[in-house]
Amino acid sequence: MSAGFYYGTEVFLNGLMTGVLYSLVALGFVLIFKSSGIFNYAQGVMALFAALTLVGLQDGQVPFAHLINSIFGTQVHHFGWHLPALLAILLTAGVMVVLAILVERYILRHLVNQPDIILFMATIGLAYFMEGFGDLMWGSEIKKLDVGIPQGGNIWIEENTAFLGGDDFYGFYLDSLDIVAAVFAGLLVLSLVLFSQYTKTGRALRAVADDHQAALSVGISLRFIWVVVWSIAGFIALVAGIMWGSKSGVQFSLSLIALKALPVLMLGGFTSIPGAIVGGLIIGVGEKMFEFLIGAPFLGGATENWFAYMLALVFLVFRPQGLFGDKIIERV
Amino acid sequence: MFYREAGDFKTTYADDSQTFPIKFDRYRYWAVLAFAFLVVPFIINDYWLNAVVLPFLIYSVAAIGLNILTGYCGQVSLGSGGFMAVGAYACYKFMTSFPGMDIFSVILLSGFVTAAVGILFGLPSLRIKGFYLAVATLAAQFFLVWLFNKVPWFYNYSASGQINAPERTVFGYAVTGAETQAWAVYLVALVFVVVLAVVARNLTRGSLGRKWMAIRDMDIAAEIIGVNPMTAKLSAFAISSFYVGISGAMFFVLYLGAVEVGEAFGIGKSFIILFMVIIGGLGSIFGSFAGAAFMVLMPVLLKNVMVGQLGWATDLAAHFEFVIVGGLIIVFLILEPHGLAQLWRLAKEKLRLWPFPH
Repeated sequence: MSAGFYYGTEVFLNGLMTGVLYSLVALGFVLIFKSSGIFNYAQGVMALFAALTLVGLQDGQVPFAHLINSIFGTQVHHFGWHLPALLAILLTAGVMVVLAILVERYILRHLVNQPDIILFMATIGLAYFMEGFGDLMWGSEIKKLDVGIPQGGNIWIEENTAFLGGDDFYGFYLDSLDIVAAVFAGLLVLSLVLFSQYTKTGRALRAVADDHQAALSVGISLRFIWVVVWSIAGFIALVAGIMWGSKSGVQFSLSLIALKALPVLMLGGFTSIPGAIVGGLIIGVGEKMFEFLIGAPFLGGATENWFAYMLALVFLVFRPQGLFGDKIIERV
Repeated sequence: MFYREAGDFKTTYADDSQTFPIKFDRYRYWAVLAFAFLVVPFIINDYWLNAVVLPFLIYSVAAIGLNILTGYCGQVSLGSGGFMAVGAYACYKFMTSFPGMDIFSVILLSGFVTAAVGILFGLPSLRIKGFYLAVATLAAQFFLVWLFNKVPWFYNYSASGQINAPERTVFGYAVTGAETQAWAVYLVALVFVVVLAVVARNLTRGSLGRKWMAIRDMDIAAEIIGVNPMTAKLSAFAISSFYVGISGAMFFVLYLGAVEVGEAFGIGKSFIILFMVIIGGLGSIFGSFAGAAFMVLMPVLLKNVMVGQLGWATDLAAHFEFVIVGGLIIVFLILEPHGLAQLWRLAKEKLRLWPFPH
């Protein structure tokens, strides 16, 4: 077996791990789309906002310090405490719930019965708003996020796979962070499935996803369900924000993972949770392998920016509703 | 009192189907044109040209283009930035390969090149609909920007990867390059805007525009009454890209002069143009202008107030701008989902009855 084969396998495995992170973001999209028909462009910015808030709470930053200093000429920046990671995460989760309530109260409630495109534009407006608001609140410099997740190559996997190859093969290199992320994503999906199958709220949630009016007529509160769904999407954004933030720092580019999640959605179908997972894995592996086999040697690299979109585009031409999406039936 | 049909008798079919059936509207239209062509060139200076007027004119063309596709034909596109890049790079290649060509034909040709690319990326619209299509057009955005970054032929193998507009003149006056005069640049842009807006207005109320609107309202029903969805959708993509391409070419040669593709034509540009169309009003040519004016003027105004008046740091002002733009978009969508054009329509209805509303 050649070294190229092992390297290729390693790229494959790493693509799988990246794919899990894509699925995590895509999951947030799918939940909101299923239950309210809103294509929530702000999901990526929500992840950024969650990560910013987490770092800010953990380091005890004074919110809006920059603004306060500009207006009053003061010099405040930190409260001077350090919160334990777990407490900070719980507090951030609380902030995301508050955010969900505010979004429902001030945006969604006023936009019921508007065409999809208007709702989509509103979430883009929300994304702009939160992007500026997050920077205003916590400052725009790149921050380091550390909640105690191990990072760097996983020695155990490297040592235990070394026997597969010859003398010049030292085992597969996998980042511990990616493995932790994969485990958490798995747990998250499992708990979501359990929640939606076996709890009362979960059943109500599925009912709303099926048919708004029928759900309303049996006494399910649409507003409450929307708050629940946006809160769950907020939690998912928090998890995604923690994982991506620990990996590459909390900064503006974090919000661009939303753009990475879109082709995942197209591939998997906007309405399918398994679709988001499988789509994420296909895109993660696909773009890494394409870059490794064709992009870097022949096309000058950096194909990861568009490959996922092209793959999804070509795929959709043959199956317009995605892999697992509901069949699109149109009537005049 | 002034704004009404009464007493304005139409005696020919041409009279009856003109763009502005009300006399007052017609005079207002000619007055605006006269002001734009005869007064503004004498009072314009470099600051007003580059901060307000030129971006407004150029974005108006892009907004009309996207409005044709999204507002009239119902196909949401997030690839406008990429198509603007096609226009700019086509313009650059034509200018450097054929130095003798005049600037008007170069910009028009760039529009045709963009139209061809637009048809190519419009093909999936025959199969994909709604949000799937919106996301699919992002493929055009990312792929085109990557292409112009990675293939050195497009930027003539220049070391910086930038493209720079060489100098071109119209009647002996420089309109591109370093030594331009504000009024000359303004007039070139104005000619394009006026001609393209008139063409767009007439296209959208002709048979082609009716086909687009039928497709927008329900494509299957349109197909049943005999509208060919392929020609309707692809012509919308082609004409829309033509407009967007021309605006991209003008953005490059007249406004920026030097372009780095990821910075000038990134995804942010696509969103700004979409905002213009939504805020201005889907399916309205006037709305495209209103939306462009709103999105160009507001940041300038905010910056003047926050940096100039209050003396805040520019980065703080930039964050505030995001908050305000985002907030305004949401407020706008809640209060008036049909955009500024709808407010204009309501105002005209009120004017008809004024001063005796009952």
